[in-house]
Amino acid sequence: MRFQPIDQFAAGLPADKRASVYQSTKTTHEKRTKLLFDQFTDPNRLRQLAGEIKQHALENLDTYLPKVEAKLKANGAQVHWASTGEAACQKVLEIMQARGATKMVKSKTMVSEEIELAKFLKPHGIEALETDLGEFIIQIDDDHPSHIVRPIIHKNRREIAQSFEREGLGAYNDDPETITRRARHFLRHKYLAADVGLTGANFVSAESGRIVLVTNEGNSRFCLAATKVHIALIGIEKIVPRDRDLGLLLNLLGRSGTAQDLTVYTEFINGPKSTAQPDGPEEMHVIFLDNGRTDVLASDCREILRCIRCGACLNVCPVYRQASGHAYRSVYPGPVGAVLSPLLMGGKFAQKADLPKASSLCGACHEVCPVNIPIPDLLLRLRNRAKEENVPSPGTPPMGAWALMASQPTAWKAALLGGKLLDYVPTKLIPVPALQAWSAQRALPAWRGGEFRKWMKQRKR
Amino acid sequence: MSDDREAILSRVRGALAPLHERAPLPVYDSEIAVMRSLIAGRDLAELFAERLKRVGGLTFTSPAELVAHLQAGQWRHGYCDPVLWPVLAPHFGPDFTVELTFDETRVDDYAFGITRAAAAIAESGTIILDDASTSRRLAALAPWVHVAVLARGTIFSDVTQAVAALGADRNVVWCTGPSKTADVEGILIEGVHGPGAQIALLV
Ligand code: SF4
Repeated sequence: MRFQPIDQFAAGLPADKRASVYQSTKTTHEKRTKLLFDQFTDPNRLRQLAGEIKQHALENLDTYLPKVEAKLKANGAQVHWASTGEAACQKVLEIMQARGATKMVKSKTMVSEEIELAKFLKPHGIEALETDLGEFIIQIDDDHPSHIVRPIIHKNRREIAQSFEREGLGAYNDDPETITRRARHFLRHKYLAADVGLTGANFVSAESGRIVLVTNEGNSRFCLAATKVHIALIGIEKIVPRDRDLGLLLNLLGRSGTAQDLTVYTEFINGPKSTAQPDGPEEMHVIFLDNGRTDVLASDCREILRCIRCGACLNVCPVYRQASGHAYRSVYPGPVGAVLSPLLMGGKFAQKADLPKASSLCGACHEVCPVNIPIPDLLLRLRNRAKEENVPSPGTPPMGAWALMASQPTAWKAALLGGKLLDYVPTKLIPVPALQAWSAQRALPAWRGGEFRKWMKQRKR
Repeated sequence: MSDDREAILSRVRGALAPLHERAPLPVYDSEIAVMRSLIAGRDLAELFAERLKRVGGLTFTSPAELVAHLQAGQWRHGYCDPVLWPVLAPHFGPDFTVELTFDETRVDDYAFGITRAAAAIAESGTIILDDASTSRRLAALAPWVHVAVLARGTIFSDVTQAVAALGADRNVVWCTGPSKTADVEGILIEGVHGPGAQIALLV
């Protein structure tokens, strides 16, 4: 293999996709920065505080988890726990089967994607339909999201129009407004016919047991207005200590992710619907999922669990902008995914060990992160782990010869003298894969070795 | 799955055991996340209207204005919270059909839904709905136009204040403008699943 997997994926990306990913991530990033710095006197302090709050919550999960469980129960929700993705899928199935339910609408749940819930439920005769416009298109195309906040950033309107035509949602029409209206019409009847609404959570307050959900489209609202059973599938890292911390986090989330003061809809759910309210779930289930998160908590990369999935690090990342999301081969792409995805692989870490290496460590992701995650540091720790676990690293040139030269002055001098020869060697023909890969896109400049030594000598005199 | 509960909690305890000290909960003043320069000295109703406009919503200060707007948009069939209707009815002409019950089997019949707002946030132009004040969750959500009737005295200045006042209601929804998406090629389209037009009627 000449390249790492992420490079191979990125190399096959069509130029128009690369350009559109680049353009839209750049625009969102610039708007975000302007908003934060125009509106707050000390936006960096906000990010630090938010990071400290979430770090505190993570390092005290042993007390917060039982606390939030008790609160949720007091609010009238039933609480379940799932160590693995399969266990969570099984639990969802049990809840549905106990009610003879066959139709589910989903909203705001990357976790269900992570554990491949829809695929699990299908053979049991259960339809689990995505309702976010982008996620819905992903689902009908049997595709994967390529951005945390903008799942179909890699698709253009023509592809979407073709999918809609194929699915019987109307004759070919690639006007974005028409596409949206058709989805609106189709999906509202799906909500109304569904038995169960499944959501994730952006935050859960340990103080009140309040579940917070944010969407721009209103799909989570519809799930919770039209169905009678609500299942919230939540990773254990979503807990925040108090309600007042939500104010700070919500202010950061909308601005960081989509450059909005607040996301359009922020829902605070405090149990099943109230008795006087005609619409909404009479029954609420919360499933807390581990699926590798406690391993991350035990690792030296636990800071990544602070992530509030805003997508800002993707938008600013020069590697993401070039490679796009699918190159990361995970539900979580970009810088956050480069840390989280290998960690969540458990024993199969090696399969994604290339991701932490696909970074120039420029630090932009750390600078924008609303919870101040030191992503470059975490990437280095993971590179180190790959080294310790002897994970092979295709495309990385052997450094042995360099180490020898750099530590032996005589060898160094000899190399400088011989270097001139390089001007006459056709580098492309040297049968070292790493070198060939490198020179495929680049040419060596003319040899200038030894200039510095010459200059030093003259200076002394 | 109570065994999963024990398993998860014991893994959490195991993961945290080696930490010599745990990160403390930072002490901070919520004021840090308030856009004070925006709010200071402003009439909250005015600021709210301005901020709602910025996110694509509209504010009216009289039922007559609202009715004229609905008329102009040709939204003539809708739902109204029965509690509000006695006050609003005199403003609606005979060419309107307003139902006081919401029949979800005819969800597409309703062009507008009028319900009460529980409160609002000036800083962000947010309308706050909750179970106690919303006659039907669906009626505030499914029609193309949602009109929230908002009492002037219930406007909070900022997000922080509104969080502090969340209370015990089972379902509090902050609506900051109409439903939106930019999923297709980053182009902003309003009215995906929720209202394509968000209106506040100040009373
Ligand atoms: S790591 Fe930070 S910037 Fe990236 S998605 Fe998570 S919260 Fe946002």
